[in-house]
Amino acid sequence: MSVAPSDANLSDEQMLGFYRDMLRIRRIEERIGDDAKAGNIPGAVHLYIGQEAVGVGFCSQLTDDDWIASTHRGHGHYLAKGGDSKLLMAEIYGRETGMCKGHGGSMHVADFSKGIIGANGIVGAGISIITGAAWAAQMDGKGAVGVAFFGDGAANQGVLCEALNVAVLWKLPVIFVCENNGFSEFSPSSTVTAGNIVDRAKPYGAAHEAVDGNDLIAVHQCAARAIKHARAGNGPSLIEARTYRQRGHVEAEVSFLGSTYRSDEEVAEWIARDPIPAFAKRVLDAGQASQADLDRIEAEIAAEVAEAVQFAEGSPYPDPAMQGTNYMFA
Amino acid sequence: MAKKRMIQAINEALDGEMAKDPKVVVFGEDVEISLFGDTRGLKDKHGAHRVRNMPISETVMSGMAVGAAAAGYKVVCHMMFGNFMYTGFDSIANQASKLRYMTAGQIALPIVYMGVFGGGRSAAAQHSDAMHPMIMNLGGIKVALPATPADAMGLLRSAIHDPNPVMFLQAAGRGGEQGEVPEGDHVIEMGKASTVQEGDDVTVVAIGAMVRPALRAAQELARSGIGVDLIDPRTVVPLDSETILESVRRTGRLVVVDEARDMCSAASHVAAICADQCFDALKAPIRRVTVPDVALPYSPPLEKALLPNEASISDAVRRLLGKAATGGGA
Repeated sequence: MSVAPSDANLSDEQMLGFYRDMLRIRRIEERIGDDAKAGNIPGAVHLYIGQEAVGVGFCSQLTDDDWIASTHRGHGHYLAKGGDSKLLMAEIYGRETGMCKGHGGSMHVADFSKGIIGANGIVGAGISIITGAAWAAQMDGKGAVGVAFFGDGAANQGVLCEALNVAVLWKLPVIFVCENNGFSEFSPSSTVTAGNIVDRAKPYGAAHEAVDGNDLIAVHQCAARAIKHARAGNGPSLIEARTYRQRGHVEAEVSFLGSTYRSDEEVAEWIARDPIPAFAKRVLDAGQASQADLDRIEAEIAAEVAEAVQFAEGSPYPDPAMQGTNYMFA
Repeated sequence: MAKKRMIQAINEALDGEMAKDPKVVVFGEDVEISLFGDTRGLKDKHGAHRVRNMPISETVMSGMAVGAAAAGYKVVCHMMFGNFMYTGFDSIANQASKLRYMTAGQIALPIVYMGVFGGGRSAAAQHSDAMHPMIMNLGGIKVALPATPADAMGLLRSAIHDPNPVMFLQAAGRGGEQGEVPEGDHVIEMGKASTVQEGDDVTVVAIGAMVRPALRAAQELARSGIGVDLIDPRTVVPLDSETILESVRRTGRLVVVDEARDMCSAASHVAAICADQCFDALKAPIRRVTVPDVALPYSPPLEKALLPNEASISDAVRRLLGKAATGGGA
């Protein structure tokens, strides 16, 4: 289980960096959510809001040589691993200048040069892909690791059992990070998931740990242990980061769901445990940053968001004459 | 040239490519002992880290191929029987076939999925499918179906070099068949059909294991003065439609022989292309010799009755020419 949070080894600069990374995801996604509601985005968007501490806690300790596989809720992982916000925004807007030149969209943003194998529209698909990337990392022998982020819904795909089995047998440098955000699309986890997800590592003998996914420092420390374990050649870990999906499964859901699947009280309770204000309070209380520092970061991110949107809106759509064959059988 | 069994040609292609390129790896079900013999001995020559037995976990296996290929390896993933691909179909249909396209060609994805396909050996319904039509329909995977040992070697080498996923399907129970194989690094470009026999009266396009009975039929028909232009496409994605169309324009008649079930078979596709592009040259309707839309049965007489053979191919050609030789009327 998670150890008592301790930030003794983290510098003020690192702490401020974590704050910036989480807030950057939050503000970019808030804008994406607003744009989706305004009808500016052609497809569905699934927001990571409320779960930022998990992606930042892990990705802040990975390099471009490490691999991540993400989910349909993947903007946060992409940004935390170093993905460019302009290219992300243009992709979600469906523009030629997007990270995938408008061919992928929100659910398929990827940047292989940064070790981001990509978001994925199939629940649980990243689990097998990262297992293969971790096998590649093991063969390379340079200490790189693979991290798969997936939700509690994906934990109910059989592939998790298959991946744990082979990853333990082959001692693969892989970390399976289940972000238990309380919902399997529109179904509360309790109605579709038996037992504790973290316990699913036990029969395979894989290292495992549950952590408060809204506590950046707790996640960071847990990630450090799992990454060290993997880099040292000791095999896989299964981490269950318990967090909460503040937004719906998909931004547009209020327009088509006939009823709700959670109470306003529950949402309010979790918003009160939002990872970002809690972290801001922590750095302020510890004297690791001033309110002016946080305000400056807020302003810088606001400028980045504006620039990303301007870039996306100002970019052309891809030429339909070019589609279909360009990137297939290239 | 030297006479080799098909399985030996495949084994030598794998061995040769592994010797040349340390990034070529082979994994799958029982690849160490090798049920069919095609991967036999590779582990001893190239090391346990490059030739790895997998658990019977097709879901994670097909996805690991994607991850390892995305991370820089040339991956040969042996699925044993083609039917087992269905169990691992998400990573084939949703990941491998789409990843290059939806990420705008950011990476190469050199994967060869291997498996045997087709009937004729009482392997029964769940080990006898010809699954190439559904792979053809995915839009992002090349499909090779060698009919001779030389083509098996040349196409497999080509498949391993290819930056795209390739489905390499070997006709079940045909590994022992012998044929002349050129010495050295014999490579056959994908999408180049082979004209097995030349003739002017009717074009027969035969796919995979159907080439052999089609050739016997063509030889028998030649004795009756009927000239068959026999074409083996060798790959159905990409399909060498030019060679087929050129032949049909010359003969005016087309019979397509395919071991797939008739509905949406490769034969249907070849027929559609010819109907679209050389309708004016046709002197008679296009005929398909395929398998009825049922599962293949176990008992030899039942199975034999469903599979195309020399007699049914010959009969289709004769009927097309209005020269039914034996049995029922034209």
